Amino acid sequence: MKSITEQAAWYQSVFDALEKSLNGEAQSGFHVLRKKALNRFKEMGFPTTRNEEWKFTNITPLATTPFTPVPAGTVARIAPSAVKHYLIPEAHSLVFVDGHFSRDLSTIGEMPDGVIVCSLAEASRRHAALLERELARHAPGEENSFVALNTAFSLDGAFVSIPDGVRLTEPVHMLFLSTGKPQALIPPRNLFLVGAEGQVSLVETYAALNDGVYFTNVVSELLAGEGALIEHDKLQNESRSSYHISWTHIVQQARSTVTSNLVAMGGSIARSNITTVFEGEKGLCTLNGLTLAAGTQLIDNHTTIDHASPHCESHELYKAVLDGKAHGVFNGKIFVRKDAQKTDAKQTNQTLLLSDDAVIDTKPQLEIFADDVKCTHGATVGQLDADQIFYLRSRGLNLLQAKDMLTFAFAADVVHRIHVESLRERLVSLIHDKLHEGRISS
Amino acid sequence: MLEIKDLHAQVNGSEILNGVTLRVNAGEVHAIMGPNGSGKSTLAQVLAGRETYDVTKGEVLFDGKNLLEMDPEERAREGLFMAFQYPVEIPGVSNTYFLKSALNAIRKHRGQDELDAIEFLQLVKERMKLVEMDESLLNRPVNEGFSGGEKKRNEIFHMAVLEPRLAILDETDSGLDIDALRIVADGVNKLKRKDNAIIVVTHYQRLLNYIIPDYVHVLVDGRIVKSGSKELALELEEKGYDWVKEKAEVEEAR
Ligand SMILES: Nc1ncnc2c1ncn2[C@@H]1O[C@H](COP(=O)(O)OP(=O)(O)OP(=O)(O)O)[C@@H](O)[C@H]1O
Ligand SMILES: [Mg+2]
Repeated sequence: MKSITEQAAWYQSVFDALEKSLNGEAQSGFHVLRKKALNRFKEMGFPTTRNEEWKFTNITPLATTPFTPVPAGTVARIAPSAVKHYLIPEAHSLVFVDGHFSRDLSTIGEMPDGVIVCSLAEASRRHAALLERELARHAPGEENSFVALNTAFSLDGAFVSIPDGVRLTEPVHMLFLSTGKPQALIPPRNLFLVGAEGQVSLVETYAALNDGVYFTNVVSELLAGEGALIEHDKLQNESRSSYHISWTHIVQQARSTVTSNLVAMGGSIARSNITTVFEGEKGLCTLNGLTLAAGTQLIDNHTTIDHASPHCESHELYKAVLDGKAHGVFNGKIFVRKDAQKTDAKQTNQTLLLSDDAVIDTKPQLEIFADDVKCTHGATVGQLDADQIFYLRSRGLNLLQAKDMLTFAFAADVVHRIHVESLRERLVSLIHDKLHEGRISS
Repeated sequence: MLEIKDLHAQVNGSEILNGVTLRVNAGEVHAIMGPNGSGKSTLAQVLAGRETYDVTKGEVLFDGKNLLEMDPEERAREGLFMAFQYPVEIPGVSNTYFLKSALNAIRKHRGQDELDAIEFLQLVKERMKLVEMDESLLNRPVNEGFSGGEKKRNEIFHMAVLEPRLAILDETDSGLDIDALRIVADGVNKLKRKDNAIIVVTHYQRLLNYIIPDYVHVLVDGRIVKSGSKELALELEEKGYDWVKEKAEVEEAR
C-alpha cells in the first residue's frame, strides 16, 4: 500500500463495508458528514515529511499499513478484573474496547440534574439535536487528513455535557483500551460541552492489554462556556508497536479556565495535537505536557494557542525525557491576533536527554500581530547535571539511583500539576516503570 | 583512619594538589586552612570521589582500604562524608526523601535493616534538634531556594542523620550568622566520638574556638606547608599567610 491511490482505495473499500453494516443509520445527518470527510481524506491523503507540519515525523509505516475498524460484533470480551487496574476509582468511567463502548465495563454513577455522561452512540440517539449542533463543528476536518479520517470512521466515543452553573465533583474518565488486534483502526470521537460557569475534570486514557500494530486516531472537541473551569488530562500509554494520532480541539469562551495535562509515553509513532482558541476575553489556558520515550519511539507533540481575543493568558510547560534512540518533537505555536491586546503568553519547553542517541526537534513558533502583549518562550535541552549526580552519590546513592531520582523529579514536575489524585499516583508508578524500561533497552 | 600519601591531582592538565600527605586518626579533629585557591576544596572533593579531578600520583587509605578505587557512593557507605562548600540544589527532590534513600543505602551496606517511614521520622526529629533546623526545610526540595546559612545547616543535618566516621566540612562556617555558627558547631561537637574523626576546612579562627582542633594544617599551592597545634590558627589570624608561604619557599629552595 505504497501509493496515495492505493491508500485512498483501501479506505474507500473499508468505508463501503462499514456503510453496509450501518443499515438505517447510514441515512442519518452524521453519515453525510462521514461521507464528506472520507472524500476530503482521499483528496488530501496522509501527510508526508514534505509537509511543514510533519517535517520531523515520518508516518510512512502508518500510512502503508491497511488498517480497518474492528466490527462491533467481533470485539473481544474482557473481564472487569482485567480492566480494574486502569481505572480511576474516584471517577465515572466510560470504557471502550477497540473503539467500542462497553456498558459492562463502564461505571457511571449518579449525576446532578442535566449532566450527561454517555457514549457518543447513545448520545446520537437521545440527544440528536445537541450533537447535530456541535459535533464535528470545531476540529479542523477540512484541512486535516487525520481529523477527516476520524470523522469518516468514528462510530463511538465519549459524550459529556455539563449544563450552566453545574459542577461535577467526580472526574469523568474515558478509558480507551486496545486488545492489540493487528491492523485495527480505533477512531474514537469525543465531545465535551461545558456550559457557563460549569466545572469538570476529564481524563482520557489510552492503554493496551496486549502489544500490536493497531492505530488509534482520536479527535476530541472541548467547548468551555463562559467562566467554565475545566481540567483535561490525557494519558497516552499505548503499546509499543502501535500508532497514536490525536487532535484535541478546545474552544474557550470569555473568562473560562482550561488546564490541559498531557502525558505521552506509549506507541511507536505518536503525535498529539492540542489546540485552544480564545473566543472570548479574559480566558486562561494552561498546557502542561510530558513525553517519556525510550527505545526507537517517536513522540511528537504539537500545540497551538490562538489568542484570538484580548486580555487572555496562557501558560505552557512541555517537558520531555528521552532515552535510547528515542526521537521527540515539540512544536508550540502561539498566535496573537491583531485585536488581542494585553495577551500574556508564556511557553517553556525543557528536554532531558538520557542517552547520546536520543534526539529532540523543538520549535517554538510565535506569531504576534498585536503590539501591547507579553509573550515569552524558552527552550532548553540538556543532560543530567554532573554536580547534582555527584552530590547525591556523595551521600550514598548509587549512580543509577541518583540518575533516577533526578530524572523522576524532572518528570514529576508535570505530574504534580494534575489534580486527579489517583491518576497522579498511577503516573508516578508508570514513570518509574518507564525509566526502568528505558534502561533495559538502551 | 585516613592516610593520605603524596597525593597529586590535576584538573584539565593543571596540577592543583601537589603532594599532600596527611594522617588522621579516630577521635581527632583536624583543621585545614590556607589561602583562596590553594586546593582545600579540591582535596575535599578528591577524597569524596569527584571525577573531575585526575589523581596522578599518591595513595589514600581509609581504614586500610584503597579509597581512590571506590565510587563516591562506596566511600559514603564506608562512612565518609563531605559537607560541600557550595551545597547543590536538587529541584523536585524533597530533603527528607533524599536523606531517607541515602541513609537506607548506607544502612543496607552495613548490613542493617532499612528504616521505615516512622522510624526515619523519629530519627529526623531528633537530629533536627541537634542543629536547630527549621522543620519547614525538611519537605522542601534539597537546598532549593535555601539561604546560604540554611544550606550549610542542612549539610550538618545530613551529617547528623548519616553519622559518618570521617566528616570533611568544607567551609561550613562561611555563610552562617554568629548564632548559627555556635549552634552548628555545638551540633558537630555532639556528633564527635572516640571512633570518628572530623576535618574542618575554614578561613576563620572563630570556628576553631567552638570546634577545637587537635591539629591545624596550612595548605598552600596544593601542599601542606605547615602543621601545628590549635595555636597555629591564632598565629595565622594575626599574621596572615605570607610568612608560612615564605618559609615554605625557603624550604623548597633548599
Ligand atoms: N573544576 C575545575 N576546573 C578548573 N579549575 C579548577 C577546578 N576546580 C578547582 N580549580 C582550580 O584549582 C584551584 C584550587 O581550587 P579550590 O577550590 O580547591 O581552592 P580552595 O582552597 O578551596 O579555595 P577557597 O578558599 O576559595 O574555597 C583554584 O585555582 C581553582 O580555580
Ligand atoms: Mg574551597
